[in-house]
Amino acid sequence: MAGTTTGTPTNVTQKHSKGGIGESMLRPDGTLKVTGEFAYSSDMWHEDMLWGQTLRSTVAHAEIVSIDTSEALAMDGVYAVLTSDDLPAVKNYGMEFQDTPVLAYGKVRHHGEPVALVAADHPETARRAAAKIKIEYRELPLITDEASATAPDAILVHENRDDHHSGHVPHPNIVHRQPIIRGNAAEAAKKADVIVKGEYTFGMQDQAFLGPESGLAVPAEDGGIDLYVATQWLHSDLKQIAPCLGLPEEKVRMTMSGVGGAFGGREDISMQILASVLALRTGKPVKMVYNRYESFFGHVHRHPAKLYYEHGATKDGKITHMKCKIVLDGGAYASSTASVVGNAASLSVGPYVIDDVEIEAIGLYSNNPPCGAMRGFGAVQACFAYEAQMDKLAAKLDMDPVELRQKNAMSQGTIMPTGQPVDAPAPVAELLRLVKARPLPPEQQWTTTEGSDVRALPGGLSNTTHGEGVVRGVGYAVGIKNVGFSEGFDDYSTAKIRLEVINGEAVALVHTAMAEVGQGGVTIHAQIARTELGVQQVTIHPADTQVGSAGSTSAGRQTYMTGGAIKNSCGLVREKVLEIGRRKFGSYHPAWANAELLLEGGKVVTDGGEVLADLVDVLEDEAVEIEEEWRHRPTQAFDLVTGQGNGHVQYAFAAHRAVVEVDTELGLVKVVELAVAQDVGKALNPLSVIGQIQGGTVQGLGVAVMEEIIVDPKTAKVRNPSFTDYLLPTILDTPTIPVDYLELADPNAPYGVRGIGEAPTLSSTPAVLAAIRNATGLELNKTPVRPEHLTGT
Amino acid sequence: MDFLRPASWEEALAAKAEHPTAVPIAGGTDVMVEINFDHRRPEYLLDLNRIGELSEWEVGEENVLLGASVPYSAIMENLRTELPGLALASHTVASPQIRNRGGVGGNLGTASPAGDAHPALLAADCEVEVESVRGSRLIPIDAFYTGVKRNALAADELIKRVHIKKADGPQQYSKVGTRNAMVIAVCAFGIALHPETRTVRTGIGSAAPTPIRAKAAEEFLNAALEEGGFWESRKIITPSIAKQFAELASGSANPIDDVRGTASYRRHAVGIMARRTLGWTWESYRGEGRSSIEGVA
Repeated sequence: MAGTTTGTPTNVTQKHSKGGIGESMLRPDGTLKVTGEFAYSSDMWHEDMLWGQTLRSTVAHAEIVSIDTSEALAMDGVYAVLTSDDLPAVKNYGMEFQDTPVLAYGKVRHHGEPVALVAADHPETARRAAAKIKIEYRELPLITDEASATAPDAILVHENRDDHHSGHVPHPNIVHRQPIIRGNAAEAAKKADVIVKGEYTFGMQDQAFLGPESGLAVPAEDGGIDLYVATQWLHSDLKQIAPCLGLPEEKVRMTMSGVGGAFGGREDISMQILASVLALRTGKPVKMVYNRYESFFGHVHRHPAKLYYEHGATKDGKITHMKCKIVLDGGAYASSTASVVGNAASLSVGPYVIDDVEIEAIGLYSNNPPCGAMRGFGAVQACFAYEAQMDKLAAKLDMDPVELRQKNAMSQGTIMPTGQPVDAPAPVAELLRLVKARPLPPEQQWTTTEGSDVRALPGGLSNTTHGEGVVRGVGYAVGIKNVGFSEGFDDYSTAKIRLEVINGEAVALVHTAMAEVGQGGVTIHAQIARTELGVQQVTIHPADTQVGSAGSTSAGRQTYMTGGAIKNSCGLVREKVLEIGRRKFGSYHPAWANAELLLEGGKVVTDGGEVLADLVDVLEDEAVEIEEEWRHRPTQAFDLVTGQGNGHVQYAFAAHRAVVEVDTELGLVKVVELAVAQDVGKALNPLSVIGQIQGGTVQGLGVAVMEEIIVDPKTAKVRNPSFTDYLLPTILDTPTIPVDYLELADPNAPYGVRGIGEAPTLSSTPAVLAAIRNATGLELNKTPVRPEHLTGT
Repeated sequence: MDFLRPASWEEALAAKAEHPTAVPIAGGTDVMVEINFDHRRPEYLLDLNRIGELSEWEVGEENVLLGASVPYSAIMENLRTELPGLALASHTVASPQIRNRGGVGGNLGTASPAGDAHPALLAADCEVEVESVRGSRLIPIDAFYTGVKRNALAADELIKRVHIKKADGPQQYSKVGTRNAMVIAVCAFGIALHPETRTVRTGIGSAAPTPIRAKAAEEFLNAALEEGGFWESRKIITPSIAKQFAELASGSANPIDDVRGTASYRRHAVGIMARRTLGWTWESYRGEGRSSIEGVA
């Protein structure tokens, strides 16, 4: 029923509307982006603006002995050189823990941490001035892994912790620990006929969004600041920025500017506070744009992980128990590590029914680069490991790997290790069936009448094989991902909807703070407004902080949450419109008394389709405007000892089958096909759904065969901060990606939708690994796979 | 930084004589990256883009005279027959945009062991025509690379063009990278059969401080082919010869461990590429081979 704000689903009362939900509407930013005309946050310009530049630490862990800025300050064109001492107010920020210095003071904790800041009238002047700042460091011992973090005499990355997890962690260098105990794994293990164990390593992946961190801070006359930035969550930024500027939140006015990709990497603050501090200090607008090198230090990455798993099964393939320990390296600052730990623990069992489990996940503080949110958020690392385990188990049981998975697949009604029942469809076995049922791509597709087409071979254009050494492999994987913010977080979104007559036509204005990071949210929002209000003209207001929070564009939650908020607010607008109509025209037709009136084609109609009035006549000069918050069902925290709790909002499932050709002599891989099946609940925009699934699949492929930030364990320094050496898949690395999607509505979600962006990133990686193992017979416990691993060199 | 824009080759030589520290720039695909990263801050940039003749080539009786600025895309399109190895190498250079800008002169000027053109130039055999106000000279490719990112140019000299021997037999080029396109070489291998002189020449990239030839492998193979009468008989090279050639090629490599690959993988991969490319070229020579389609542009 309209009016509720607690996320009780409202049924679709509105019928199909042209350009409404379910249609493959094209995105308004698509052509602009492809033709290079889209204005990104790095394209902004302001008269009289200065350029901001950071100076970052050259060492990973050190005391700052001294900073000398005099030479930099003396340069022509330099307006300000700031260190932590010059900051106006609070010196730390952070999403979950306020542990991150705006500028380092006392010590630096990772390679590339910002220490000083310059504003100059030219970017090159700013860079040169930054290079003239002299910093003396006294290096400290490094914490680089679990052993060094928890050693008895380990140096503490953060002393005097007072965050909400500090009281229960076993060691101050552990950000958070989440155990989950259900049943009795030790007892259940006795029933196992076979047991498999594995130790797995997941490399550090980067979001590698193409638009680097950038924005413009403009000081305002009221002493406040207007900040134009590309971010994933305006209001979360605002909460962190305002205290560091010493300003009340209403004096920090944020507007979203063009976002060039995010994938989790823009959930934390980057240059927002830095540019604002410089703008307040100099009284001039300040623009900051990180270059690619700096971008690798300017945002958090996906947590690298070590995962230890044990599974047992009876002879007939029924899994008896699972034990695992997952160690996630959070790096120098917490970012969202604690939440990633909760996710990894609660989803570590995978989409399987296993009653007896013993799970432990920890997140470390270390001197490695800080890690936080990235598409898949803790579930990716777990899926890589438990799916490798499934294949090992199948091999040991001499059973088909898909059959083993199907035999143990969860379904609606399954109880998660956290005790939470899965109360929406969970078609895990069916998704596996769908990918398996697809015909395999033809063998040796490189063979042509004129010889070998190297583009279809491992090595591609580098011309390394014409078929020699090439072996095909096929692998499967399936995963489970939570959708939305978990563990009792009070998550909501806000939508302000205005309906009025402009130039003789009813027009809807949709105003939210949702970050459009490329996922297609603005397209969906217009579709929802068309469906709910029965109008054609929908304007999307730029996202800013003049409207309530939309929450983060992450966790696959925006269509569910801000889509839900828009649907809800539109429903309230509809009620108001009908009220006005009843007031004006109620006496003309008895049907006005009917509760089931709809808005369609710019008219008020009965559900039989009889027109009662034009919206134009109902509204006349009156604008109907509603701003309302909307929430999903509440969730619960996980118990810190047992891990029990209804922690998640919704689950999403995807399965992949990978077909690869491996040059077994050179260790090069060509992924030929990655077939996907996914339950999307309801496809509000089918084209967009397929785009998300294919994009997630390719991002998973990247970390299977090439993407990794390499950190030198001896120095904790990043060795490959460039696109020359941090490789992303090109179109020649991208396979055919056939997609099957199911639309099994989640009864708790608006329209039955399910978050779709993350699940395909999970199973893609282990499917590719499984296929490479199938081709080579190698164990391959680490991702990404490198040629060295395949050739034993 | 001063930006010098000579309108002619003579002006360019005069500018280089006057400012020996000037860094020549043509496509800018290397120099600009260095400048953007602030790895170098030259006093002068010497822009060669107004000198049209640097982008021209001439196919002569014996040689192709390849202007230093002829872009890789032009080599791929126009010189496949005359310079098959270099055309294959060109195809592995970066992206189409970069191939439209970059040329062999840049690779030679930078003299990075990872430059894609070097193994093909070494295998084909060529001379680099360099000139200064003092005059011009031809530097044999074997004497061109003098150290890590160092070459035999004098401070006042500019690279004008390369005199590359026209192919008198099959040539091949392979490069290992951990991506299927647009990737810097982990290591690379070039081979050219020269039936006229009954020799085989090779080139190795990214597996030693400079681009090198696998001399021991060449000498072994030349002797084995001669001894077995393979050039005349065109019979299949015995696997043991191919294997030893590969092992010797691998042994000539002197690679390092770096972020792109380990030394032992590079040594291994050079051997595999040597064996495969020898197989492909020899099969072509035997007249029975099927040529590959190296990506239809």
